[in-house]
Order: sequence, then C-alpha cells, then structure tokens
Amino acid sequence: MRFEHRDAPHWSPKTNVASMMLQVLAALVPAALAHVWYFGPGFIFNLLVAGIFAIGGEAFVMWLRKRPAESALTDYSALVTAALLAFALPSLTPWWVTATGALFGVVVAKHLYGGLGFNIFNPAMAGYVVILVAFPMHLNLWVAPRMGDIDYQYLTIIQTLTYTLTGNLPDALGFDAVSRATPLDVMKSGLNNLATVTEIRANPIMGDFGGRGWEWIGNFLAFGGFWLLIRKIIRWQIPVGVGLGILVPATIFWLLGPGTNPSPGFHLFGGATILCAFFIATDPVSAATSPKGRLIYGIGIGFLIYSIRSWGSYADGVAFAVLIMNMAVPAIDYLTRPHIVGHDEESEADG
Amino acid sequence: MSAPTYDLGKLHGGLRLPAHKNASTAEPIKNVPVPAQLILPIEQHVGEPAQPVVGIGDRVLKGQLVAEPDGEMGAPIHASSSGTIVAIERWPVSRRHGDKAPCIIIECDGKDEAIADAPIEDYRSLASADLLLRILDGGIVGLGGAVFPTAQKLMQARTCETEFLILNGVECEPYISCDDVLMRERAPAILGGAQILMHALNIDTCYVAVESDKPEAIACLAEVLGELDDPRIVLKQVPTIYPSGGEDQLVQLVTNREVPSGGLPTDVGCLVQNVGTAAAVADWILRGEPLISRVTTITGDGVAEPVNVRARIGTTIEEAIQYAGGYTDRAKHLVIGGPMTGKSVTTDEVPLVKASNCVLVLAETPSAGDELSCIRCGDCAAVCPVQLLPQQLFWYTCADDEKKLREFGLLDCIECGCCDLVCPSHIPLTADFRMAKGRIRELADEKARAERARKRFEARNDRLERELLEREAELDRQKESAKAAGPAAIAEILKRKQKPGNGDPE
Repeated sequence: MRFEHRDAPHWSPKTNVASMMLQVLAALVPAALAHVWYFGPGFIFNLLVAGIFAIGGEAFVMWLRKRPAESALTDYSALVTAALLAFALPSLTPWWVTATGALFGVVVAKHLYGGLGFNIFNPAMAGYVVILVAFPMHLNLWVAPRMGDIDYQYLTIIQTLTYTLTGNLPDALGFDAVSRATPLDVMKSGLNNLATVTEIRANPIMGDFGGRGWEWIGNFLAFGGFWLLIRKIIRWQIPVGVGLGILVPATIFWLLGPGTNPSPGFHLFGGATILCAFFIATDPVSAATSPKGRLIYGIGIGFLIYSIRSWGSYADGVAFAVLIMNMAVPAIDYLTRPHIVGHDEESEADG
Repeated sequence: MSAPTYDLGKLHGGLRLPAHKNASTAEPIKNVPVPAQLILPIEQHVGEPAQPVVGIGDRVLKGQLVAEPDGEMGAPIHASSSGTIVAIERWPVSRRHGDKAPCIIIECDGKDEAIADAPIEDYRSLASADLLLRILDGGIVGLGGAVFPTAQKLMQARTCETEFLILNGVECEPYISCDDVLMRERAPAILGGAQILMHALNIDTCYVAVESDKPEAIACLAEVLGELDDPRIVLKQVPTIYPSGGEDQLVQLVTNREVPSGGLPTDVGCLVQNVGTAAAVADWILRGEPLISRVTTITGDGVAEPVNVRARIGTTIEEAIQYAGGYTDRAKHLVIGGPMTGKSVTTDEVPLVKASNCVLVLAETPSAGDELSCIRCGDCAAVCPVQLLPQQLFWYTCADDEKKLREFGLLDCIECGCCDLVCPSHIPLTADFRMAKGRIRELADEKARAERARKRFEARNDRLERELLEREAELDRQKESAKAAGPAAIAEILKRKQKPGNGDPE
C-alpha cells in the first residue's frame, strides 16, 4: 500500500489566528455594550465606519499587492484594529475622522510594512495618533456619561447618526450642550489652574476612581482581559507590566503630594489604561516577544503613559506610549533572550 | 520496596497531549510468527553501516551473526530466524521515507532453528571491559528510537564519572505504548538489565523513571523491585507532559541538572538507557539471545485492532499490520514512530528495524491548513522545552542568518514539534528548523572542506618554494666548487657540454 509523505509532527494544530482574533473581539463585547449604554449609539456608528474602512482598505491593498484578499480578511485582524480604534474615539466622531484613522492604521501602519506579522507599529494606535494630530478638536470632547444626576442633553439615534455622517449637530443644540471634557482633561486643566485633586474630583463627571461611566467600561474591559488571560490568548507579562509602570510612579507621587497628584486608582481607571493593558499593548505583532521582554515592554508603556499624563501636554498618552515602545522592541528582544537550557550563563553574556 | 517519588527538576514548557494509548494496551503483547521473508537493513544504528559476513545461498540460524560493525561506531546484526540468504540488495527502509538502502534478505524455512550459543555463566564474574565487549556482540542499540549502539554508549560513559543510571520508561509521545506494556509484562528483565548495566559501569544508583499516567507499569515495577530488594534502584514517577522522555529533558527532570549544549548526559554524570534496551541487555547476557526482535506498537485510526506486537527484526510492516487486524478503509498516512517525531513513509514494504517503536496509521493526512505570517504571539516560546524563542529563530531562518541562528540556539532544538502544535499561523517550524540545521551542517562541512583545500594549497606552495630555494642553493654550491677547481676545470666542463650528439659525458 502507498502513502503520502509529510514532515513531523503528524498532529494538527488546534489554534488559528482567526480564532484568536475572534476571541479578542468577543472579549470586547461587554465593554462595547457598556460603552453604548453610557455614551449612546455613537460607538456603534464609529465601529461600523472603522470596520468598513479597515476591511475595505485591507482588501484594496491586497488587490494592489496581487494577493488573495480573503487570506487577509479571514484572519479578522482588521476588525480588531477597527474595534480598538472605535474604543479610543469619542462616541460623537464624524465619519471622515474615523475613516482616516482606520485607513492609516491598516494601509500605512500595517500593509506598507508587509501586512499582519510584519508591522512595527500597533495599527490602531498609529491610526489614532494620525487623527489626534490631524483632528485634535474632534477627539477631546465626549458626550457626558448617562448618569441620572448629570445635566446633559441626550441625542437620539438619528441625531447621532446625522452627526457621524455630517459633523453637524441639530440646529437647536450647541456642542457645549451635549459634550463634556473627559475626566483626564478635567484633571489636567484643573491642576494647571492650581486646583487641588480633591476640588477637581468634586466635578460630577468624576466617579469612584476615574470618570463615571468610563470606569464601568474599564471594569468590563478588565473582565474581558481576564477572560483572554484564562484562554491564554494573551499572557500576564504585558498587562502586569503596564499596571506596574503606571501604578508605581503614581503611588509614589500621590504619597508625596496627594493634593497635586491624582491617586493611583484614578490613573488605573481614568482614560484608556485598562484598554491599553489588556487589548492594545498586548498586540503580539508589535510587542516584545520574550517573556521578560514583554514585562519590560509593558512597564515602559505604563511609565510613559504616566509621564505623558503628568508632565506632557496631552491628557492621555496611551497611543504615544505604545508607539514609542514599539520602536524599542528589537532592542528589548535582543537584550532579554531567555536562558537556553544547557547553555552557560557566562558565555551567554559574552555572546 | 521504594515508593514512587516525584521529580526534582522542572521542565520548561512542554505540552499535555491526549495519550491515545489505551487502545493498544488493552491486550497483552502479541507474538508475530516467523514471516516468509526477513529484510535486515545493514544500517540500523548510529554510525557506519554493518558489513555483511554472509553470502547469497548461505544457510543461517536464528541468532547467527550476518553483519558485523565496521569501524568504531556500529552494531552487529543477527539473523532473526533460520533460513537462506537469498539476496543482499537495496530495499525501501524507514530511515529516509521510503528511500532504498542495502538489506540482507533471508528466506525463512519456518523451523526457527537457533544457533547454539552458550550464555555466560555469571556476568558478575566478568571484568567490566569484558562485559562491555560481550554487550557489543549482542547487537544492542538504544530502543527508544535513537538507536545509538549501547556498547559504545557504555564505553563512553566509562570514561566519565557516571553517578546515575537512568532507565527511561517515560514514553511521553502519544500513541506509543511498547515500553508501557514491556514494563507491565517484563519488569524482571528490565530491572535485571539495570543491574547488569550498573555492574558494567560500577554505578551505585539507578533511577527508573516512569510517567505518572502508567500506574500499571509502576505497580509491576514496584512489585518486582520489592522482590529484588536492591536498594540501589529507585522508582521515580515523572509528570505526564510531552517531551519529558527526551534524554536531556529526563536528566533535567530526575536530577535537576542541565545537559550542556552540544554535550551528553554523561557530562553531568548520567547515563540514560531505555527500558527496552535494559531488557534486551538482560536477554543477551542472561539468556544468550541477541537483539533479533522487539516490541512495537501498531496503532492509529488506520488499523482495525491497535495492539503491541513482538515481531522479529526484518518483518515487513505490511505483515505486522495483519496482526493488528489489518488496515481500515480510512488508512491514509503511515508513520514509523510517534505522531510528534515519527517519520512518514510512503510504502508499507519497509521492514521493522531496531528503531521501530511504533507503527502509526492515521486515518487522515493531518493538514495544518494554510501557512500564515508569524504574528509573534510567542506561544511557541512558552512550550519550548529548551526555552528557545522559535518565533525569533523562524525570523532568522527566513533570513538564512547563520550567526543569529546559532546565537539563538538553533542547534539546541530537539525537534520535539511542540511549537508546531501551538502555532496559530500553522507554520511548520520544526521542519523549517530541521532544514536550517541541515544547511548549517552543510555549511560547516563546506567550510571544513575549503579549509582542508586551503591548507593543501599552502602546503604545496611551501613545498615548491622550499624546492626552489634548495635548487638555487645547490646551483650556488656547484658554482662555488667549480670556481674553487679553477679555470681549467671550467673549460673542460664547457667543452664536454658542447660536444654534439653526446649528452652523456662518458
């Protein structure tokens, strides 16, 4: 009897990239629902716009590269980029802003470097930084969270959709009526105006630790993140590193001057810390790859986030922190090679 | 009786794989009768192929030497049954997926007549060196699959300070159960073999390592150990995780010592022998039976009744499969060895050899699906038992960067296949690494050849220069002596040279 030849191992792998990406998307669902609950249907429109342009952009580049488009589209990585971008955007964002970010992330940051697996920079964060620089006014104003005691104007689905498509609010409404500065903005401008942290935190937008609404989204993101950890889609080093990188300096400065430095809890639950720790910094392609390297990479991101928030001109620094650490990855990976079993520690140091 | 104990060391990574062993361990070992024909490849071991010492038409008896080792590394081969040598020719073998290699072919007469070879009276009376020579004659090689000649391995160990003998009964690879059933049925032979090996090398401690998922084997060994009452032998239970049975991995688990890169277990005072090898040593030393048969697991969805058989070396797989109920309709893929490290072969005409611990017939050709780009998830690094970074190695394999490949430990890769199984991009990492290793070896060979050629060339230049100088010196000497002889003598010489038709002065 004749048989076919094949190289060992003769055992089918159990995982695939598509299922990993789908699980990441699934882990984002609870936080996405919370987002819609607190900040209205704008998130869904942003997600749709980002998704359409990310997938469209990917298909277009694959056509340009003369490769089968479905091989790239069926790994769902463009959708993950779109979803992460949507989480980073205010719920009221005009479509062209979202589209610019999605297209830049997928076409320039990912495919111009060779596609999934070869990109140096996190596509979602590269796209976000481009629109942060190009359309700063659109990224600073969020609608206030849906909380009974906060005075703000609800927008209907139609009104939100109209804004997404045209960038115009209903005639009767001014931008000030529907939007609020984010907690991080409030904190930053408050501290610049020499207010104490306690005074700033009296603002009704502030919650138990971070901002109201935001901190609940953070909880759901952490929930999804822990699920990914259990599923071993992500590993503990990067989330723990990001946490340490932020919390250690935050605690030290808070203990030194609680009046002028927000608490570690505020740093953890304010802004995009949790999203970054579990979903953005953990993008394997652009992250360091050795276990020790990942911890260092995470710590670097965390510390940069803290630095930008405390001493930089931006209210939050996740995107910049991630992109800066992306550049440090080759060096980190080279310097953190694990001990190979059977090798001398000393000769390794020489090598 | 010593109670089973857990490991001291810890293995990095590894995989918990479905065992698929129960199907073949339900029944006792089945003996395969003498086949009509035996095919004995002359290369069944690490080292030089053995040289046939029989001719076509010769009648041979069971246990008779048919090929002897050539050079320092090798093992003799014995006839597995009585019959006539009908050919010495190339036949498909399992070493290189169905490539042909020289084989001695015996047509059996069915009498299974054994050669009268008196076993030695008491091995304890033999000097260590004599006992090793005796083991060499038995044709015994490592039966775990590596087929390193046992005698040479022992001789090498004798030159080192060997503290521990480790009997490897781990058998961590899925589907394979030949060692498991051997431990259940032949524990006395295994432990007897251990005592012989300890005597041969003057070792005081022997660990018998068995994976925790083999309670029956552990119970059998513990019982025999109790009867033996030999406190030097200790039973050790190791965790069920692939690849804890790799030689270096087992040393790490049992003794918490790392075998140095490029080194041997003996560098850290350990000698590892498969339990089957120990039993084969006992059979040869105590009963005078050389290695002419072994236990092989025949299993997989592609055979009707998975089973362990004891078949003569040289029985074809086709024949052996009949004793596992034959193929099922779904048989598509034939592997000699286990699913992780086994070699796929294209024909079942290949004979069972000393290395064949398992014949795995899979229902479907496992397809990894399309290979995608590496997303650097690092799952491969998490499971690598040698703690390599396969994702980085893969990168350098693509770039063919030999320096980086060496630096990142490519040559330390044990090709266990764990990284392939967890790769979400379905990259055939192990195959890539195997190829890259081959290229590096080739490159090293080429370099060595070039170096040899350069040395030869330089030596030739030196010689030519030396000869030139010598000639010049000789000329100078002649000139000097002519000058000393005076003008008359020079004129005489010149005249002699100018004489036409007379080159010869006399």
